[in-house]
Amino acid sequence: MPRVVFTSHLQRHVRATESDVSGGTVAAALEAVFRAQPQVRGYVLDEQGELRKHVFIFVDGRRAGLGDAVRGESAIHVMQALTGG
Amino acid sequence: MPLYVGTRKGLFIIDEGRRAIGRPHFLGDPVSAVLAQGASIYAALNLGHFGVKLHRSDNRGDSWTEVAAPAYPPKPASPPEGTDDKVPWKLVQIWTLEGAGQDLWAGTIPGGLFHSNDRGASWTLVRSLWDRKERAEWFGGGYDQPGIHSVCLNGKQITIAISCGGTWRSADGGASWQLAGKGMYAEFMPPEQRDNPNIQDVHRLAQCASQPDVFWAQHHNGVFRSVDGAARFAEISAIAPSKFGFAVAVHPKNPDTAWFVPAVKDECRVPVDAKLVVARTRDGGKSFAVLRKGLPENAYDLVYRHGLDVDASGERLAFGSTTGGLWLSEDQGDSWRCLSQHLPPIHCVRFG
Repeated sequence: MPRVVFTSHLQRHVRATESDVSGGTVAAALEAVFRAQPQVRGYVLDEQGELRKHVFIFVDGRRAGLGDAVRGESAIHVMQALTGG
Repeated sequence: MPLYVGTRKGLFIIDEGRRAIGRPHFLGDPVSAVLAQGASIYAALNLGHFGVKLHRSDNRGDSWTEVAAPAYPPKPASPPEGTDDKVPWKLVQIWTLEGAGQDLWAGTIPGGLFHSNDRGASWTLVRSLWDRKERAEWFGGGYDQPGIHSVCLNGKQITIAISCGGTWRSADGGASWQLAGKGMYAEFMPPEQRDNPNIQDVHRLAQCASQPDVFWAQHHNGVFRSVDGAARFAEISAIAPSKFGFAVAVHPKNPDTAWFVPAVKDECRVPVDAKLVVARTRDGGKSFAVLRKGLPENAYDLVYRHGLDVDASGERLAFGSTTGGLWLSEDQGDSWRCLSQHLPPIHCVRFG
């Protein structure tokens, strides 16, 4: 199962727990996280369901988007972008 | 009555004795708006990475609970024919919070007005305003997108001002809206658009609490006053030392008394001659006193549109600057006391 890991900077604002979830894409994996941790959604996605402008996602060390595929053993890191100040 | 100071790096609550700055709330986080309503305090955060958040305290700031932030509905994939809405339907900032009774109102960038009647547990976009075709003419003033920075409440009458989208009013609690604010002019627009009420850059609109037909506006191009419920405005040219600025406060009981913090226009935005002053009229704008006792020279402080407030008595004022200066007056501005010169950049100052 892909593992979703959140930046420690997010923890200051909201509880976001590292999770092993099912899902074949970044979006599907994140949806699985949000089902279990609904408080996290608004910190990662905006109200149109898009990735926040200053949030970066990496899959196995490479920048990725919501539509990108993930493998069963992938690590999905949700990080803050330095553009966000 | 505490004084609330929202800054680039947190919220400061200054006690009634007005000596101690106190510990910061939300240290490190930009606080864009604050409201004390009933027994609660609301603080709007604009987190650089993680979006706009709203927190409420029911114990005077001892603890905070995150409540819902306003959220725009899904943007239609294909807009109605003849329209071209280039604005993303995404909350950029809560620019102002106002409340009356059970009602909370949030004025936001990119131009949506939101209403809550459950203390922020849920919010509804006021579609009667958002869906007006005139919104297509609005544009950003200071930000990439237009925003509602002033929401004036008087029973069912709601009057708002937008940078840059003029002044709008509702007589039925927000069910329908009329474009108001005739008489303002925009020197930054071509001649054909100069007098269009729908594109005016009102920097801040303030209503006299006891005579709600009287409004004062600090506009990009000067100071204006309305005595007919914001339908028509007349320019107040006696303002000194300059007609540019962002903030305005109106005496809650005397509609002829108002305060401004003038600055050098347009992009320069520092005090005239580097002397920080407050301008006060007590005669409806026929004349102004330039108040400087206790205020610094060699100063480059700018006061944002929510950075000046007057309390319910009309005696006390406070203002805060972009360079972290905070001043208080107990005598309608005749003299000022500096509470701090070292706060983070100040967005908003508000008496509870």
